[in-house]
This record gives sequence, C-alpha cells and structure tokens, in this order.
Amino acid sequence: MSEELIELGAYIESATPDAVFSAAVTRGELTVQCAPEGIVSLLTFLRDDPGCRFTTLVDICGVDWPEREKRFDVVYHLLSMQANQRVRVKVAVREDQIVPSVIGVFPAADWFERECFDMYGVMFSGHPDLRRLLTDYGFRGHPMRKDFPTTGYVEVRYDEAEKRVVYEPVNLVQEYRLFDFMSPWEGAEYILPGDEKTEKKGAA
Amino acid sequence: MDGEQLPAEHKLRNFNINFGPQHPAAHGVLRLVLELDGEIVERVDPHIGLLHRGTEKLMESRTYLQNLPYFDRLDYVAPMNQEHAWCLAIERLTGTPVPRRAQLIRVLFCEIGRILSHLLNVTTQAMDVGALTPPLWGFEEREKLMVFYERACGARLHAAYFRPGGVHCDLPPDLLDDIVAWCDPFLEVLDDLEGLLTDNRIFKQRNVDIGVVSLETAQAYGFSGVMVRGSGWAWDLRRAQPYECYDEFDFLIPVGKHGDCYDRYLCRMEEMRESVKIMRQAVEKLAQCQGEDVLHRGKIGPPRRGDMKTSMEALIHHFKLYTEGFHVPEGEIYAAVEAPKGEFGVYLVADGTNRPYRAKIRAPGFPHLAALDHIGVGHQLADVSAILGSLDIVFGEIDR
Repeated sequence: MSEELIELGAYIESATPDAVFSAAVTRGELTVQCAPEGIVSLLTFLRDDPGCRFTTLVDICGVDWPEREKRFDVVYHLLSMQANQRVRVKVAVREDQIVPSVIGVFPAADWFERECFDMYGVMFSGHPDLRRLLTDYGFRGHPMRKDFPTTGYVEVRYDEAEKRVVYEPVNLVQEYRLFDFMSPWEGAEYILPGDEKTEKKGAA
Repeated sequence: MDGEQLPAEHKLRNFNINFGPQHPAAHGVLRLVLELDGEIVERVDPHIGLLHRGTEKLMESRTYLQNLPYFDRLDYVAPMNQEHAWCLAIERLTGTPVPRRAQLIRVLFCEIGRILSHLLNVTTQAMDVGALTPPLWGFEEREKLMVFYERACGARLHAAYFRPGGVHCDLPPDLLDDIVAWCDPFLEVLDDLEGLLTDNRIFKQRNVDIGVVSLETAQAYGFSGVMVRGSGWAWDLRRAQPYECYDEFDFLIPVGKHGDCYDRYLCRMEEMRESVKIMRQAVEKLAQCQGEDVLHRGKIGPPRRGDMKTSMEALIHHFKLYTEGFHVPEGEIYAAVEAPKGEFGVYLVADGTNRPYRAKIRAPGFPHLAALDHIGVGHQLADVSAILGSLDIVFGEIDR
C-alpha cells in the first residue's frame, strides 16, 4: 500500500513539475504540496489522468499558521473510488493572496470554498457565489483564525422594548478560562509567582 | 418598461418562497430560498448555519478527551459513529493498539448507530411524503436501541463511550443476550415497515424517479454512503478501506439501480438487515473473548479503578490524564469511517501539545445538501421535501 503511494507520488511529481513542490508519504497518507497558481491544473490532472482517477473531492479546509509568512494552508482531500486511494493536496497562501477556485473541476468545491472563505477569509477567484456560509447574516471577521477570540465580539438577545433581536458587545460574567496544563518543569512560558527574581538575574 | 402594453404572460415573473427554517420537512433548521416557476423549482438556495456552534473552534482550546463528547452532538442520530472517527484519528497518530474486545464492541455499537440513523431517516422521509404510521413504529425500535446505549454507557444519546484506545467500560453481563433477543423481532418490524411502504402506491408515486442521481453526479459532487450506493456503485468504506475489524465480518452491500429516492430507501432498508447480521456476528465473537480488557492502558488510556486504590503511580497517571490530558505527536491525519449517512472524516492537525491544533470535521451531509440545487431543479415543489428527506440531512453535523 505504502510503496504504491510512494510510486504514485513520484508519478504525480514528474507529470506536473511546474505545479508540485513535493510529494511525500507519511503515516500511509500521500501529501502533495502545490503552488496556488497550479491548483486547478493539478486537480484536473489528478481527476482525469488514467493513473490517478481521483474523481471525488472529499473535503477542502483551511489551516491557520499565524507565525508563517504564508499564513494559511488550504488543504484538499481527494478520493479515488476506482483505485481506492486517497491523496491530500496542500496549498500555502499569504493572507492577501487569492486562490483560483476549483469549482470548474469539482462542483463539490462550491460550499467547501465558501466555508473556507467564511472561516478563514481566504479568497477564491472564479467562484460564482462566494458568500458566507455558516456564520450569521452580516457577521464580521473570520472566526477560525487563531487571533479571533473563541468568545467572539458580539452577542445577540431579544430586546423586549425594541421587539427585535439586538446585537451587543460580548459581556462575560467571568473571564474566559483557558487552562495551561504545562508543568513548570516542561517549559511554562509564564512567570511563576515568587520566581520573578530569576528573570532579573538573567538580565543583569 | 410599460407593463400595460405587454401581453399578460410577459408580466409574469418567478415566485420566490422561503421554506423553513421552521418547516417540519426541513429536518431541523434549514432555510431554503426557492425560486418557482408555477409548481416547478427553478433554483434552490439552502441557507445553513442556523445550528452553527463553532465546534471546530471550541475543539482547538480543549484537550483531546474533552473534545470527544462534541462528536456526539454532530450527527446526534447516530452518536457513536462520529466518536469512532475521532478515536481512529488519535489512535493512528499516536500508534495506539485497540484491544480486540473493544474493537468488537465498537463494531456492535456502530451498527446499532447505523440502524438508529436509518430508522429515523426512512420513517421520517415517509412522513414527509404523507405517511404517519412508519415513524411511530420506527421510534419504538429506536427507543429500545437507545436503552442498549444507556445500559452500555449510561446515556441514551450523548454517549461519550468510545475512547482513544478502546471503549470506556465493558458491557454489563446480560446486555449481549438482550441484543440478540432484540434482533429477530426487529426483523419482523422491518418486514412490517416494508409492507407499509415498499409497494405502497402513494409512496412510490412520490419517490420513484424523483431526485435521480447519476454516478457521474455522485462523484462530481462528492457524495458518499447511500447516495453513491443508491446509484449503483458498491462503495462502502467498511469494505473498501476496512478499519477496526470489519474485514472479519460477513455482510453484503446493497446497491440501487436508478439512483432515485426510492432506490435509496430500499438500500437503507437492506442495510439495516445487514447491520443486524453484523451485530449477531459481533455478539458471537464477543462471547469468545469474555473478560478481556476493553481499553489500552498506557499513555492514553486511564488505569483501572482497582489499580488506583493500591498504586500511587496509577493515581498520578489518572490525575494527569484527566487534567492535562495526553499529548499527541506532531503530524496530520485524515481518518474516515462509514457513518450511516456516508463518509464521516476527521482531518486532525496535531502540534504535539494536549490540544488539537486544527480539527476539521468532514460531515457526509454537507456535500449532499450542497448538491440540492443540482438535484432539485426541475422538480415540483412537493418533491423538494421528498429529496431532502432521502438526502438524509442532520443539521448537527452540517452546521457543526
């Protein structure tokens, strides 16, 4: 199984040299790194080539890496029911970069790309209807980004006086609790109470 | 443009209506904006997200074990099948073996979940097209199955029973006998249901040749599960990419011929019979490995209660597992299971801490509903609810 995948990866790499950066097999899964400009041609190749036949698009999703220059990964999962294989295609994009939509290759990409845009703000060019999908009408921001707080910015309630639903800034009764379970021996990054002196000693 | 000078038909325009979000045939909270030309649907625009709870965002700030119960709340009709995908993803990343008895219990309860889901779908779809009795009969059986859930894990719906490395605890001693005793009467109930529906003139009029999905459509739109099998391709992850110990089981994969709502109904009915077959085999196999452990004890699974009373290390280990949780090595994995509705997948990106860096839930209903515009156009308004029913939509998993 694994050798087959390695062969398949090498085949994909050699057949589309201008689009594919690398193809690697980890944990029995083939991952192909691709340039944003080459994604449409690569997916078309993967779908139509008799050696690949990845005719089903299983999923498109985003991953946020805020510390990277190319901040987002757009990850495509493809499945070949004929060959019983899976492949993962990853595209790294900058925050302001636009990814070509693959809706022409796989109509299934429609909602997946809309969700990716909604959650991460990744733009897709050539998508006929790039609206928000899961969030509220008139929602602002992209909630799955790492710098978006889990509690969000606004909350809604029904206002009896105005007889409608109103939006207000989030008011937390207690501070949002995010526990850090790292033990102090394993590289906690905060200052231990009473241990502030060590820091000063190091600086001086 | 001066409307008075135009002939009457030029003044006609398409009619837009709002279907849901509180329509009983919307199967939850779906809002459809339909553009109608008379009775014929010209455009379907599903608005989803009314049940969006931000599961994936929440998961990023919780430990792996704390995230497990979220999976019950996705497809709340068949909770354990979802947990299964999450456990598989963690087990593959950490390389944790699953004891045989736990594998068999998982298979048993996944098939119970499949029956739970199909029972709900088949009978409520019948209700969408006008039959009232099937849901009443179906829910009676669902009730019995949920009692099995409760006896295994203490909860009827939100089980949190599957754990990375096995299942939470062993089954009570007489549960397996009761499950076997349930099988035969259930098959009779299925016969009764089929007697009500399969040859029913009204049911066939509403379903035959409605919502036809060709194999090309099914692949282009990313379908899985019954939506592919109803169109004639015997694609089943349990057979094609066997996980757990499904390769030991003897079962058939029913396929349809025409890919319409009626064939999908037939597939689901047959699949329930196959599930009963698998359950029987699982119970037989379980009897051979009685008394074995059901959880891999180690870095991921908690120690036994008995050990905690006597061993300090076990107590510390238990405390660490339920506060800090276990760490999953850096890497990414896609684990998919054949959920009742199709391929349910988890794409997990781990960064070596006790929390997932990113967990994407691939719900089978999501691409199915996305294709409603493609399938539904050209049908009559009343057919939309029949198609919607046969897509097997649950909003817990679509909206996440």
